[in-house]
Amino acid sequence: MIGNELSAVSIADLQLVLRRREVSSREVINALRERIEAVDGDLSAYLSLDIAAAMKEAEHANVDLPLGGIPIAIKDIINVMGQPCTCASKILNGYRAPYDATVIQKLRAAGAIPFGKTNLDEFAMGSSTENSALKSTRNPWDLSRVPGGSSGGSAAAVAADEAFGALGSDTGGSIRQPAALCGVVGLKPTYGRVSRFGLVAFASSLDQIGPVTKTVRDAALIMNAVAGHDPQDSTSLNAPVPDYVSSLGNSLRGVRLGVPKEYMIEGIDPQVRAAINAAVKQLNSLGADIIEVSLTSTEYAIAVYYIIATAEASANLARFDGVRYGYRAENPKDVLDLYGRTREEGFGPEVKRRIILGTYVLSSGYYDAYYLRAQKVRELIRRDFAKVFEKVDALISPTSPVAAFKVGERVADPLQMYLADIFTIAANLAGICGISVPCGFAELDGQRLPIGLQLLGKALDEARILQIAHAYEQSTDWHKSRPPIASSLPKV
Amino acid sequence: MAGNSDLDVAYVARLARINLTEDEAKVFQQQLDDVLKYVDKLRQVDVTGVDAAAHALPVFNVFREDAPRDWFTVEQALSNAPRQANGLFVVPKVVE
Repeated sequence: MIGNELSAVSIADLQLVLRRREVSSREVINALRERIEAVDGDLSAYLSLDIAAAMKEAEHANVDLPLGGIPIAIKDIINVMGQPCTCASKILNGYRAPYDATVIQKLRAAGAIPFGKTNLDEFAMGSSTENSALKSTRNPWDLSRVPGGSSGGSAAAVAADEAFGALGSDTGGSIRQPAALCGVVGLKPTYGRVSRFGLVAFASSLDQIGPVTKTVRDAALIMNAVAGHDPQDSTSLNAPVPDYVSSLGNSLRGVRLGVPKEYMIEGIDPQVRAAINAAVKQLNSLGADIIEVSLTSTEYAIAVYYIIATAEASANLARFDGVRYGYRAENPKDVLDLYGRTREEGFGPEVKRRIILGTYVLSSGYYDAYYLRAQKVRELIRRDFAKVFEKVDALISPTSPVAAFKVGERVADPLQMYLADIFTIAANLAGICGISVPCGFAELDGQRLPIGLQLLGKALDEARILQIAHAYEQSTDWHKSRPPIASSLPKV
Repeated sequence: MAGNSDLDVAYVARLARINLTEDEAKVFQQQLDDVLKYVDKLRQVDVTGVDAAAHALPVFNVFREDAPRDWFTVEQALSNAPRQANGLFVVPKVVE
């Protein structure tokens, strides 16, 4: 197995051929390098690659470890020692991570090789990866369309076989939405399930790291490596980590799935709606009971999110002041000039907008009306989910109301861009887990574009949503479809 | 230069230590007025007696032992500094 064929396999299959010594980890790195050279000029999924460092690690790979010798792409907002961590921002120009994030330590301990840093919306603020100050990543299914965001580089890389799997981060849908738009699997774990230590903070009470993969099984394999308590992250949950692979394959008989009536609203593309309805039927035929439920407070989720997330961002991004790392404006006349110009020149428009909004909603006289009220409505959203999860094991919805949109279509209107996250955001506010899995295609302008099915589970119930997503995936062929870019090249 | 909301972008940008051009401030003003108009829907919600959510899950009083441990050396901590000298970050003069 060489070249294109090798780069296209799942992590589970790669494990097998590595363990049988049919290929070496070095050959795997080489196959990825060739693949990236062939397609990344069109896709721009990666911001940086360090092939030499990966090769060195591949030489010492222990393929008998859980992820031994397997390269994993990393969203460029997670610190990997010695590598850049740009957050797709000019303000981190020149920065090199002096330490490994906990997830990177855990991946290494499982034998994996952190490989390449993937593009994102600047500081993970966005839903299309167009807010990257460095590159515009394209959707492998249609190069005139966005890959979603903010983990658009990770999702595009996995979809186009430029990565076997990747880590992303999800603050309001940033793993699940790009996974849906690129036709791959994306899991947002429960808040606190995976350590955030070494993840550059955007909104600390919402951010969570998770896997982007070709199959549900691969997501479970990565979760087995990265989940768990970390004393370096005070919000990390000290709860036992189950084997996420062992529940895969269990029957769905008796599993109760809720369809929130508020989620099948107008504004959903009819092709997306049809695909979700078909998926619900499919899950029902696999033995699951389908129950209509109500989540009345979720219509407020986007409003709550854009107050809380921007407030937290305004505080977190205060650290980028041109003093300790990254970009510094030239010849500042005093320290205020240093701050003001460094941040003017270093941050892009969306980051500035959010810092300004966040500063405003926290400012004296407005705190109660905006921030405090938003935190109270957030509590109502959390209670809504808690109540529904007394009746059902998981919830079903579209991941995104639309398939991939055109590059440039939404950039002028931030509010329209924010509404792209309507189905994903509530899970971050409530702290619960969610997964997106391919469930069909929309046809737009003669192109097939992937649609994602979202399953939401209660806190720490990742094993359950992985089990349901796996059962669905294995009963369909959606995950076997490859984007046109995958077959655009002759097989080696 | 405030718009349809109470937000004065130019003023708040100064609080946030971000210099803005006049054109940028104008565009942001209009875009953020739209966002604030949208979030106004939260006023409809009855939040009487509701506690503010502090965290998604109940995790309280997380302490670790207050003990020294190995971490960055001075060189590592300064490795990304735009300007440094004598083991210190260099900034423009703050106190006369």
